[in-house]
Amino acid sequence: MTALNRIPIAERDVQEEKLPLLQVRGLRTCFESHYGSVTAVNELDLTVYPGEVLALVGESGCGKSVTAMSLMRLVEAPGRIESGQISFDGRDLLTLSTQEMTELRGAEIAMIFQQPKGSLNPVKRIGSQIAEQFERRRGMPHAKAWKLAVGLLERVGIPGAAEKAKAYPHQLSGGQAQRVMTAIALALEPRLLIADEPTTALDVTVQAQILRLLTERCRSHQTALILVTHDLGVVAQVADRVAVMYAGRIVEEAPVETLFANPSHPYTRGLLNAIPRGNHYSESRLEEIPGTVPVLGRNPEGCGFADRCQASYAGRLNQCSTQTPPTTRIAQGHTTRCWIYHSGDAQ
Amino acid sequence: MVYYIIHRILIAIPVILGILLLTFFIKAAIPTDAVTALYEGQVTEGEAAEAIANIRAKYHLDKPWYQQFVIYVSDVARGDLGESIRTRQPVMDEIGYRYVNTLLLTFSALAIGVSVGVLSGVLAAYYKDTWIDVTATTFSLFGISIPAFFFGLVLILVFSVWLRWIPVIGSGWQGLILPAFCLGLIEAAPLSRIARSAMLDVLGRDYIRAARAKGMRESTVLFRHALPNALLAVVTIIGLQVGNLLGGAFIIEVIFGWHGIGELAVQAIQWRDFTITQAVILVGAGTYVLVNLIVDILYAWIDPRINLGT
Repeated sequence: MTALNRIPIAERDVQEEKLPLLQVRGLRTCFESHYGSVTAVNELDLTVYPGEVLALVGESGCGKSVTAMSLMRLVEAPGRIESGQISFDGRDLLTLSTQEMTELRGAEIAMIFQQPKGSLNPVKRIGSQIAEQFERRRGMPHAKAWKLAVGLLERVGIPGAAEKAKAYPHQLSGGQAQRVMTAIALALEPRLLIADEPTTALDVTVQAQILRLLTERCRSHQTALILVTHDLGVVAQVADRVAVMYAGRIVEEAPVETLFANPSHPYTRGLLNAIPRGNHYSESRLEEIPGTVPVLGRNPEGCGFADRCQASYAGRLNQCSTQTPPTTRIAQGHTTRCWIYHSGDAQ
Repeated sequence: MVYYIIHRILIAIPVILGILLLTFFIKAAIPTDAVTALYEGQVTEGEAAEAIANIRAKYHLDKPWYQQFVIYVSDVARGDLGESIRTRQPVMDEIGYRYVNTLLLTFSALAIGVSVGVLSGVLAAYYKDTWIDVTATTFSLFGISIPAFFFGLVLILVFSVWLRWIPVIGSGWQGLILPAFCLGLIEAAPLSRIARSAMLDVLGRDYIRAARAKGMRESTVLFRHALPNALLAVVTIIGLQVGNLLGGAFIIEVIFGWHGIGELAVQAIQWRDFTITQAVILVGAGTYVLVNLIVDILYAWIDPRINLGT
């Protein structure tokens, strides 16, 4: 897989100097419900390079978290991965045995969750929740593992780590809990970190600290980070590249500067327009995207955004509601899924 | 933690006083006067009147009830449970070895009940809606519905009469097997239900998903991460069930001829031997209070959040 992706040196751009760490192709995750199968993630393509921060953006229910869980192969019933390829460092995760996948979790790909306090086991000391990885995964004796756990707590900025390691999750603040989660995720030095809304539950100053912790790790250890978020402010701060998701599909992907300067997909434009500009005295109403997120699975054909799209409201494109637009490359590293940009010879 | 334990022990004291008061009044509730019952028809009326008066004096039955109660409490505090009205032996001698036997039976049953119940509940939750779940749920329904004495008779019929594996009334550990399994399996049924529902709740929590994301094996996730959180509900039920277990032991002991306090209590009631009846109830209730005290302390040990409660 990776061999095929080698591009002659002259054509490589900055990102592509490295081989991709993660390459997702045509990922499709469905949930069985009483009303039939609902596709939460559809034809998803994603590429992540070592050391970069990729932001996966979208509103609630667009499939961001399901994508994250799919990458870990932790989608819970009634959900399941229908098809696709998740190639991590040349290995297709979807063909690995359960045991191989278990060994890979935490060690190669680690995850940080949205609810840090809920994600820590309430009856176990935080030190042992970190140390158990060294004990159970690396066969280390308890005392040594505990020492490493305390070291990790220090590194993620927990004051008085040696004492704090003996604390239980309910004795931590939300920010501390997320630092502990980060320590757990970093323990086995994974090459890919997936952070699912890691700062949503935290206040702004703590948010910045956690984000700094994560991005510093990417710079120093060439760890790749997939940051799942709906917060465009966070995206602007830390991301290298952005993938915008809507109704289970990635509708636009671009380097962060390009996305903010030159958004192409009508949905991305709508999102960016909806950011408050910080002008408190302005009389003008905050812009919004008309309509609501479509019910997944109702409209398998056509562009998921067609009903709300300002461009299609103008009545320009008939195929919007009948055919799914293909991914179109509009510039170096900038792709979009919209009929407006599609011409026969492009792609 | 120390404060919590002391607090719990202090709370237990009025409960124990209440039990003493109740057991003290038991003799008032016995329809026949025990002394009369004992001498009736065996001696002439004249002798009897004198003997009865002597016995009344000996057992302080001629004093007002509150004095009797104080005497009773101080006797119990010194470990003197009185004499059996029938055998004239100290109750302590009779009850001592029988209490050990009953504890042996109840704790064997508890061990069987907890291991079978918790394990089947955990597996039923993990394999929800599969044949494992259906089997466990069906058996626990049986266990909850079948009365202990009937189940005991069925076990005797199957294992002693038909299969001839174990004598009906064995001695030593052989005599323990059937009654312990009888009580234990009946105890396992509600525990299995509780363990299943508690595990189902816990398995849906974020920290279970997080444990899997850490690359923990399923067995580790199930028994190290999920089970300790589900145990709290299970331990609560164990505390309550010990009462059932002691009550069940009374019947089971009679059926299997196990010489515990249950068997003694049934005999004592037939003999109208109120000192023994009093003592059995006192010991049983005391055990129940003690077990629940231990359960309360276990809570704090299992769930660190409970410490802050009191």
